[in-house]
Amino acid sequence: MDINDFRSIVTVMGLLSFLGICFWAYSRHAKAGFDEAARLPLNEDDLPAAGGRQEQEGRQNG
Amino acid sequence: MQSQATYNYKVVRQFSIMTVVWGIVGMLVGVIAAAQLVWPELNVHEFLHFGRLRPLHTNAVIFAFGGCALFATSYYVVQRTCHTRLFAPGLAAFTFWGWQLVILLAAITLPLGYTQGKEYAELEWPIDLLIAVVWVSYAIVFFGTIAKRKVSHIYVANWFFGAFILTVALLHIVNSAAIPVSFSSMKSYSAYAGVQDAMIQWWYGHNAVGFFLTAGFLGMMYYFVPKQAERPVYSYRLSVVHFWALIFTYMWAGPHHLHYTALPDWTQSVGMVFSLILLAPSWGGMINGIMTLSGAWHKLRTDPILKFLITSLSFYGMSTFEGPMMSVKTVNALSHYTDWTVGHVHSGALGWVAMVSIGSIYFLLPRLYGKAEMYSVKLVNAHFWVATIGVVLYIASMWIAGVMQGLMWRATNPDGTLTYSFVESVKASYPFWTIRFIGGVLFLTGMVIMFYNMVKTIAGEKAYNAPVLAPAAAH
Repeated sequence: MDINDFRSIVTVMGLLSFLGICFWAYSRHAKAGFDEAARLPLNEDDLPAAGGRQEQEGRQNG
Repeated sequence: MQSQATYNYKVVRQFSIMTVVWGIVGMLVGVIAAAQLVWPELNVHEFLHFGRLRPLHTNAVIFAFGGCALFATSYYVVQRTCHTRLFAPGLAAFTFWGWQLVILLAAITLPLGYTQGKEYAELEWPIDLLIAVVWVSYAIVFFGTIAKRKVSHIYVANWFFGAFILTVALLHIVNSAAIPVSFSSMKSYSAYAGVQDAMIQWWYGHNAVGFFLTAGFLGMMYYFVPKQAERPVYSYRLSVVHFWALIFTYMWAGPHHLHYTALPDWTQSVGMVFSLILLAPSWGGMINGIMTLSGAWHKLRTDPILKFLITSLSFYGMSTFEGPMMSVKTVNALSHYTDWTVGHVHSGALGWVAMVSIGSIYFLLPRLYGKAEMYSVKLVNAHFWVATIGVVLYIASMWIAGVMQGLMWRATNPDGTLTYSFVESVKASYPFWTIRFIGGVLFLTGMVIMFYNMVKTIAGEKAYNAPVLAPAAAH
């Protein structure tokens, strides 16, 4: 097997893994996790005390 | 310091303030260079000659202004979406001071004429070594923070920031490989030769656009647009596909910078095809950002920060349509080496990169000083309009000048001789260079307004470090 076979294999593997990612991203299975992840920046209060919008939720400290 | 754990906002504050400062410096140098094209007598000294100021301008706006904005936002976003303090705060402070030193050294050596002669990679080898050390430290701080996160998911913005950091490290180290003439000399020669050197340079150059100037700023987009619109990103699954599609295609687009050169023809075609493919993920990302506003469009009327963010996405869509079109060989035969390229770059750099950064910094500044809003929202709005008019004047004049130059250079008489001499195309370009200068002055004016607003916002305020939040209860 010469280097060009290896290059072809890598290219095909690249394409297949990209298609795999697309199928996974649009699968029903991933949806719940994505919905939760999409809220990550919003489920936190980043305004200082006076102007807090989600005060109760945001102020707990671990 | 508060007794409870707080986020490390200090380094974010430092980088945010320097973003505005270096924005003014870099754009001022750009305005001077633009003026030198209109009034050549402004080339007063070899240190201040167009040929030396132009790389100073590009380095200052990309790496000083854009770089500081990326450091500031990535450090802020990674802490807040991982619900943990920045990893290795000492190293984070080093990235700030190290990066400022790099900028200072660039501002000294480029006017003195020290250059490797590679576009966007002009800095000589000792500075390249310093950049590599700072960048690896940046990677350690960023990925260290990801590693100690308190939430299981890594938010999509962090994926984009992470890809930007890793890829820039790879690009910088490979393209900057050079052999110094001696250790006491600033002069070095590239480790590569001939067309390989050219290909590596533009593999670097285009991925500097794709990862430094795109992936990192998409990271900003995926955090600050949802934040400011107060709604989650339009489609999270689209953001995942957007990310991987960019990663898989950007690396191959570089050869379009070398159409009709000594580069093998098939390589040029590969570059062109991948550039055309790039339209799909770019527009996917743009649509994802803009549609995040669906149901909240009214906010655009009153919120100037959102205006900056959404307008930046419109320019992103425009320039990522224009780019693939210009990579088509037959179009490139007209556009290459003309001001069309300059217009395209500024549509991306001013319209997209600068506007998304400005919007994000306006979001950050008050929060870093414990306030809810900038000193004057009206001035933010004024900045938005001045900047937008500036960009439009800039790119429209460069489009006209570029197409005109391309047509003049290719025009031939029936006997095969050239219709126009080069200097005739220069003469015809003057009015458009003047309009471009005015556009640049307007954009710079906007940055000065921002500086004033920033000073008024933080004057007399104590630095604020928000407490580290426990991850919101699941579901």
